Amino acid sequence: MADPMRIRAQVAGDKATVRVLMAHEMESGQRKDAAGKLVPAWHIAEVTATHNGKTVLTAEWGPAVSKNPFLQFVVKGAKAGDKIAVTWKDNKGDTRTDEATAS
Amino acid sequence: MRTTSLISFLALGCLTTTAVVAQKTAVQSIEEYRAMLADGNPSELFEAKGEDLWKQKRGPKNASLEACDLGKGPGVYKGAFVELPRYFADTGRVQDMESRLLTCMQNLQGFNADEIAKTAFGKGEQVNVTALATWLSSESKGMKFNLPQAHPQEKISYEVGRRLFFQRAGPHDFSCASCHGQDNTRIRLQDLPNLTKNPGDGIGFAAWPAYRVSNGQMWGMQQRLNDCYRQQRFPYPGFGSDVTIALGVYLGVNSAGSKSIAPALKR
Repeated sequence: MADPMRIRAQVAGDKATVRVLMAHEMESGQRKDAAGKLVPAWHIAEVTATHNGKTVLTAEWGPAVSKNPFLQFVVKGAKAGDKIAVTWKDNKGDTRTDEATAS
Repeated sequence: MRTTSLISFLALGCLTTTAVVAQKTAVQSIEEYRAMLADGNPSELFEAKGEDLWKQKRGPKNASLEACDLGKGPGVYKGAFVELPRYFADTGRVQDMESRLLTCMQNLQGFNADEIAKTAFGKGEQVNVTALATWLSSESKGMKFNLPQAHPQEKISYEVGRRLFFQRAGPHDFSCASCHGQDNTRIRLQDLPNLTKNPGDGIGFAAWPAYRVSNGQMWGMQQRLNDCYRQQRFPYPGFGSDVTIALGVYLGVNSAGSKSIAPALKR
């Protein structure tokens, strides 16, 4: 099973800055292993963020994104106590959702 | 309530922008790059994993590590990192964080410590040892190094470490001191701290475990020293061996009073 994400949502004024760290290998599909065989691509393909259940961000990611990626975005109108949830789905179908409370 | 701005620092993207700005030394650019990355230091992922592993019942004995004695009594982990390596009466040897974790994993959880020590870095239980060391180091973040030197074995270990540091050998006739024995030197773009004296807060011994952005790996002090020996073309030292621990004592005692920034972020 995938390791948990670290999500921080910090409110300043009428918006919240959300910082997300995801644990993922993000294998590009370009590298070869010790035996010279291509390591198959294995990366996050879809990212969704929700604010109190409402989708506020969707992204399609490819193999160019780094290992253990960091994502930062701003949610307008988010208040302290609001729930920010982030979901990723990788190209092998594995998925992980974590939630944080804005403060 | 829509997202208006999306800034994705996808690790490598920042490099090119800083390089374009003129009148900046390479070192300054690297510092800037590090500062940009520091906000999302992936070592936090390893911290979270390590904390889980500490509390989780695992191994043949199905026990947690919560009763592990890291030198300040069973289960006390706050501030333990900045007092390691130290002498442990139960094992009769000086141990650093990682070798002490192996002892606890063997005695409490029933793992085979020798087997883990022989496992390659980044494989099997080694991954868990690194995660545990990362979390435990974070529990002493900002504290000052204060390695005990009261026990004769600890004094011997320091002296052994000092001599190893200056021992020249191998096909390149290298010693640790060849690179880390003088001030203001660099290897390519990396500043080389002078480790024969106190290098200051968060430098050298006070900056490991660290996450290496370039290869996406979390390294503990044992792997750091192993790689130093690799670069010197020495044979690999054993994991948690007396050699790497003695070097840890030498570096740690020299860093006395300096603050630990571990888990840190490296290029």
